[in-house]
Amino acid sequence: MTDTVNSNVTVEPYTNSLFSQLKRTLLRQEMLLVVFIIFFGLILANQNDRFLSSRNVERELVLLFEVALIAIPMTFIIITGGIDLSVGSIFGLSAVVLGFAWQDWGFSMWGAIAAALLAGTACGFFNGFFIVQFRIPPLIMTLATLALFRGIALGISQGRSARGFPDWYFEIGRGDLMGLPNQVWILGFMLFLFGIVLTFTPFGRSLYAIGNNEVASRFAGLPVRKNKLLIYMFSGFMCGLAAVVFVSRVSTTRSDMGVGMELDVIAAVVLGGTSIFGGSGTLSGTILGLLLIRVLTSGLLLSGFKGDATIIMIGTILIASILINDIIQRRLMKS
Amino acid sequence: MLTSIVATPIKMGGRILDQLNQEWILAFVLVAISAVVTLMNPRFLSEQNVSDVLTNSSYLAVAAIGAAIVILAGHIDISVGSLIGLLATLSGQLALGAAEGNYPLWLAFILPIFAGMLVGAVNGFLVAYLRIPSIVVTLGMLSILKGGLILWTSGEWIYNLPDSYQFAQESIFGIRVPIYFMFGIMLITGFWLRYTNSGRAVYAVGGNKQAAKLTGISERNVVMSVFVINGALVGIASLIYATQFNAIQSTAPAGLELLIISGAVIGGVSILGGSGTVIGAVLGTILLRTIDSAMIFAQVPQYWLMAVQGVLILVTVSLDIMRRNRQLQL
Repeated sequence: MTDTVNSNVTVEPYTNSLFSQLKRTLLRQEMLLVVFIIFFGLILANQNDRFLSSRNVERELVLLFEVALIAIPMTFIIITGGIDLSVGSIFGLSAVVLGFAWQDWGFSMWGAIAAALLAGTACGFFNGFFIVQFRIPPLIMTLATLALFRGIALGISQGRSARGFPDWYFEIGRGDLMGLPNQVWILGFMLFLFGIVLTFTPFGRSLYAIGNNEVASRFAGLPVRKNKLLIYMFSGFMCGLAAVVFVSRVSTTRSDMGVGMELDVIAAVVLGGTSIFGGSGTLSGTILGLLLIRVLTSGLLLSGFKGDATIIMIGTILIASILINDIIQRRLMKS
Repeated sequence: MLTSIVATPIKMGGRILDQLNQEWILAFVLVAISAVVTLMNPRFLSEQNVSDVLTNSSYLAVAAIGAAIVILAGHIDISVGSLIGLLATLSGQLALGAAEGNYPLWLAFILPIFAGMLVGAVNGFLVAYLRIPSIVVTLGMLSILKGGLILWTSGEWIYNLPDSYQFAQESIFGIRVPIYFMFGIMLITGFWLRYTNSGRAVYAVGGNKQAAKLTGISERNVVMSVFVINGALVGIASLIYATQFNAIQSTAPAGLELLIISGAVIGGVSILGGSGTVIGAVLGTILLRTIDSAMIFAQVPQYWLMAVQGVLILVTVSLDIMRRNRQLQL
């Protein structure tokens, strides 16, 4: 595993000529994704007029929202070398808490929303606490809580669904602001905010340091444990937020919401060029990865492919893009 | 030297924890659960129920042995669930064709195993030779296989399978056939891992890749063969899965890969590679299935089953990790 880690820590020859800088920028994973997106987008738009219609684009962005929102903290976590497999279950549990707090436990709708966000954050804290305190590998910890949180959601709901929310609540997930769906605004704001956090704040930079070398980060005096705990809580919170908006859009809660979501989220992050070993990655890559997946899925659906079969393409693109990127990086290092 | 290490003053509880390995802890938990539930409902330990629990564990345990071997070498395969679904469908379709007399029935048993090895070889090649992280490769493979299965079956189940096909429903000397497979494969792979050079090489690569290379082990070949062996075991697991009921589902049960990996991990196979046994993986899987059954007999509402499983995974794994950390500190 060690030499793979090394190759990911980009031991680029540090030459500062304009040409090599340009080359480095052009050959990043993000550029590869942009090329892929434009390429497939053009083919599909050519085949089908509706593909690039503003209605289709808007609908796609709304469908992408939940996974995109959760992909933000997932990028943070994978940059530190961790992983969170429990996101789909936290999403489902938050939705169930929201529904039953409103329907059965006598909460007001605002109270129910707060309870859902709190439940999500508490789940994230639970993950993070075990990971930093008992040093349980994140993969194992979140594998266990994937079952645990889903189990609690099942236990609370007993297979029933909750519905009958007040009208104003549906405005969150179905309304729009200045012609764009609310989801687009929320997602845009979150991406902007956390893009800045990741790139320009000491907290954001410490995540890269932790992912590159956790021991060295600790010796350098970085609050490694605190920051790791924070990003898992952040992940839980975003799952809760995604659930609040999602339930508002579909108007009911079921305990099986978000099953398998973790794989969609992780696929998008990895496709976006974030190294699964930690230490490198960007939010722009993640969002481009998601867009590529959506372009492909939507395009295939419009050209008459059967629903779930489109994931074949996602798997192929995932492996292919990592492979191509790897080859390009290796070439780059040699020259 | 050794005595001074052992004599280091540590808490008594911790010391007992150090002495026991994960297999013993599991065996103890199994006995404890069985005792409690049997007191509540004596039929829990009836021959029928014990046989049911073991039979239900079998295909998962065979797949968990495969998962354990991959994890021992320091990698992971999360595509197993989809692969089991796909291979079971392949086998079922072949059996239907054989029933029409197009070709002999044994093809329905042999081809899925080869197909499993082929998928394993592709995974292994991408991981070992092209250096893509195994979690990424198998995540991609999961999507490809799952999508392929949906495309192939369009959600239709397979019925009307010939009787001679359903070997998992047979018994030999009063014991169900899948149970022989589970323990037989456990013994063979356990012996291989413990007593042969190639088996020890798996531990060596998982424990310290650099050191393994320096001792002349071809790390690439080990990783490649580990994935191929896993593919073969998943093939066998899919045959047991396909033949134990009268119909074959069109999709793999959701979350099957996590159940399989959980079995191995509860059994004490370190996710970091290099330590653990296939006996642990089998015991871990049986424990998961025992809990399922125990909850039914103790009349705990089914809805809480998954939560209990989650707590169980968490507790056993935490104990294992804490014991390892303590040993590292000594």
